[in-house]
Amino acid sequence: MHSANIFTGRSFRRWTAALVMSGASCLGLSAPAPAQESTDPIKLTLHDWTGQLITTEIMGEVLKKAGYSIEYVQADYLAQFAGLETGDLHVAMEMWETTGREAMDAATATGKVENFGPTGMKAKEEWWYPSYMTEKCPGLPNWEALKEEACAEAFSTAETAPKGRYLGGPVTWGGFDDERVEALDLPFEVIHAGTDAALFAELESAYQRQAPIMLWIYAPHWAPAKYEGQWVEFPEYSAECYNDPAAGINPDAAYDCGKPFGEIWKVGWAGVKDKWPGAYDAIKAFTIDNDEMGKMITEVDLNGKTVSAVVADWMGANEARWSGWIKK
Amino acid sequence: MATPGSPALETNAAHDAAKALRLPIAWLVALAAFIAFWLYAEPVARAAFDYPKAYTVPLAKWISSAMKWLIDDASFGLFSFTDLTRFVSAVLDVPYRLASSLLSTGFLEGSGSSAIQIVPPLPWVAVIGLVMLLGHWLGGMRLGLLAGGCFLFLAVFGQWTSAMITLASILVAAPLGVVFGLLFGIAAWRWRWIERLITPPLDLMQTIPVFAYLVPVLFLFGFGPTAAVIATLIFATPPMTRIAILALRAVPGEIIDLGHMVGCTDRQMTWRVMVPAARESLMVGMNQVIMLSLNMVIIASMIGAGGLGFDVLAALRRLDFGAGLEAGFAIVALAIAMDRLSQAAAEKLSAPASDPATSGLFARHPYLIAALALAIMTTLLGYVVPGIHTYPEAWQLSTGTFWSEVVAWININFFDTLEAIKNAMLLNVLIPFKRFLGDLPWFGVAALLSFAGCRLGGLRLAALASGLALFIAATGQWEKAMITVYLCGISAVLAALIGLPIGIFAATRDRVWSWVQVAIDTLQTLPSFVYLMPAVMLFRVGDFTAMIAVVAFAVAPAIRYTALGIRKVDPRLIEAGRAMGCTEWQILTRIRLKLALPEILLGLNQTIMFALSMLVITALVGTRDLGQEVYIALTKADTGRGLVAGLSIAAIAIIADRLISAGAIHARRRLGLE
Repeated sequence: MHSANIFTGRSFRRWTAALVMSGASCLGLSAPAPAQESTDPIKLTLHDWTGQLITTEIMGEVLKKAGYSIEYVQADYLAQFAGLETGDLHVAMEMWETTGREAMDAATATGKVENFGPTGMKAKEEWWYPSYMTEKCPGLPNWEALKEEACAEAFSTAETAPKGRYLGGPVTWGGFDDERVEALDLPFEVIHAGTDAALFAELESAYQRQAPIMLWIYAPHWAPAKYEGQWVEFPEYSAECYNDPAAGINPDAAYDCGKPFGEIWKVGWAGVKDKWPGAYDAIKAFTIDNDEMGKMITEVDLNGKTVSAVVADWMGANEARWSGWIKK
Repeated sequence: MATPGSPALETNAAHDAAKALRLPIAWLVALAAFIAFWLYAEPVARAAFDYPKAYTVPLAKWISSAMKWLIDDASFGLFSFTDLTRFVSAVLDVPYRLASSLLSTGFLEGSGSSAIQIVPPLPWVAVIGLVMLLGHWLGGMRLGLLAGGCFLFLAVFGQWTSAMITLASILVAAPLGVVFGLLFGIAAWRWRWIERLITPPLDLMQTIPVFAYLVPVLFLFGFGPTAAVIATLIFATPPMTRIAILALRAVPGEIIDLGHMVGCTDRQMTWRVMVPAARESLMVGMNQVIMLSLNMVIIASMIGAGGLGFDVLAALRRLDFGAGLEAGFAIVALAIAMDRLSQAAAEKLSAPASDPATSGLFARHPYLIAALALAIMTTLLGYVVPGIHTYPEAWQLSTGTFWSEVVAWININFFDTLEAIKNAMLLNVLIPFKRFLGDLPWFGVAALLSFAGCRLGGLRLAALASGLALFIAATGQWEKAMITVYLCGISAVLAALIGLPIGIFAATRDRVWSWVQVAIDTLQTLPSFVYLMPAVMLFRVGDFTAMIAVVAFAVAPAIRYTALGIRKVDPRLIEAGRAMGCTEWQILTRIRLKLALPEILLGLNQTIMFALSMLVITALVGTRDLGQEVYIALTKADTGRGLVAGLSIAAIAIIADRLISAGAIHARRRLGLE
């Protein structure tokens, strides 16, 4: 269609363009993007963790194969909602139930942002400790071991002794750890890290010194692959346990159980459906599972491959799957 | 300003002694009343200790709904408010697009991944060549080599692509910041009412953390590089304006008189007399704008600007300290190159032009011709030899895991020692001070502030100080505000204690000063994230780590302004002092420090402002202050909550600023300096 630009006469150009357009539609040419869809680029947001970069790049590559124009925009995980609401940004591939729920609900309530369904990945979050700590606290991973004084003391620091020190996620993540410690009567003090970088910096530091640490870890992430350790096994999560004090071990308190598994959602601008209907279907169809993602994250963060290379490998190995997402 | 050794000093002395005696009594009485109130009034006046919840003003809600109205409904009839802001960002987008096409993306037809490149961006060889030419033109061989070296660093360490994206946005933001800042400064210097009008917004712009207004900026100006440019402008312009006002006011009366005598018009007076005369201080302002713009790189990357800031964040999330440090130093390299070039440019442009009598295009514009030739030739060559266009990957260097290993080594060998130091500091200084501040009754503090304001600056200052304190209490932020005061207070004091001696020492030694300048430019532009995460590894999350980050950042203005003030002292006065037989110590304390006092105080003021501006960063290592409140508000997209917490931070800053400056004026009067 660029050939039309060669002619300088304006009416002539418009006329030619119309001719080409109608010609294309008459002949039923398989133009890359269907004629009624916009040729504007679809903007996908990139955040600062590897898993999200991989998910987004897979989606982007698939959409490219379907003939769409793609643009990656670097955006903050939560600040991006301002852009998604106004339509400056279009698709965010990973919105974790566990950390992004409130912002997502606030945005979808405006009607300008739409939930494109689950990615198929499940976020796991729980208390986690390195394997070398089983020596000092042999009852683990059963949570009841943490109630023993000696065990709690093994996890303590000068500021928290004799209580153990548990490094929780940033306050913005929620997680109800203060409530959990209270409800299960654990001799632990909850310290909140400000960011997840700080969280893993502490883990790295402790791991290098084989020093005690108990902290909040989530997956899919490179940490469980890099460091040897286990999740603490709390009583299993149920909705009643969080909402109803009577349920669970402690009859007087809620949150007397472990953390829920959370979906990881795809969200985006509500206008995507009308502007790029084909892309909308493809995005909704996208799924991937935890194991696949865990492997890809490890390839990038620990084996030093680039995100693009890992995505290209995946695209090569899973052609049947992704071509299913974009077939009309 | 003062004239040293004036006879007034002698005659005032007796009077001052009497005054000095009278003053502490009032202060002692006020303090005693405050302590008595604190100790005994709690059972009687509960509300004076914990602000009653029922009377909390729901300001956050009001702001949120006002913002919603502004975004959704506000209209000027023909167009809505959002249309206006979108228009502004469309205008800003033009120079940004141009810069980024030239440096990073190339000129494109179409958009997104289907775009076709018509002209490629400038090859790296050309950019380095151009920078060297520019440096040579502005400041000779040395500057050319320095600037070229900085840019070569970017290429060698594989930061080129990201660095060019960052450079494009700085090239738009920094000049705009300088121009706006200077214009506001001139207006405020000319008309006093403008100064009064813009001073409160200036304080707010500099002290409200960017995170607090990020959400509304994104809604109004759209998500992307231009919103980042606007956020950068809001943050980076105020120091320029402040310095411009100060500098214009400090222009000697003789020069102004001369200007009037030779019959300058107002316009000539401003641009031909005042601005050139204030050049040296204005250059400091320019330096600050560039530094602060680069400071925003991290936050800008969160809202779609990409570039080096994004690389830093991503590297630290995977704890790759080496990569974080390389990207961080790339920002520093950019900062140093841009700062030195712009300083040389200011010097060259304001110097009288030596009229070139030579004719002929080539002779008159040798640099321009060379630059054009270089750009065109390398672009053409780039099609043949790809290495000229994109820096070959095989030549790239990286520190790899070296820095991570250094941190690991320190961690394994010295953690216990560091932990002991940290615990001693925490248990003996930080925690007691925090508890002390937390216990104070808000009403008593407000009353004490009001008293201080009244003594130092009169009733208006008293009303301002107590009003702002009441604002903090009434919006329900008192407890968090006290933690903020504790963290920033300790950090600012430490920064001043470290910064002042260094500034004094370096000011009179040119060689030392040039190194110190590099060091403080580095501290100010190296994203604090880069050293924050290793600090977390060594000191765990918490207040101590936060304090290190704040001190590292806030020490820069303390050093810079002190040195600037001392270096500006007229050498003839020093000579005169020597001739009169002053010892070096006397010259320092009686002449240099006294004359540099306004700059030193401005430096202290800036130290406090810088410390407060780091609050949001400290929230990232788990402090529980107003910074964290702002951060939480951002994560919940709660405009009102964020702005209220931001305004509380601003309130603290303004109280500190006004009381310090009033105290300084007071002190100067007592010392007979005015």
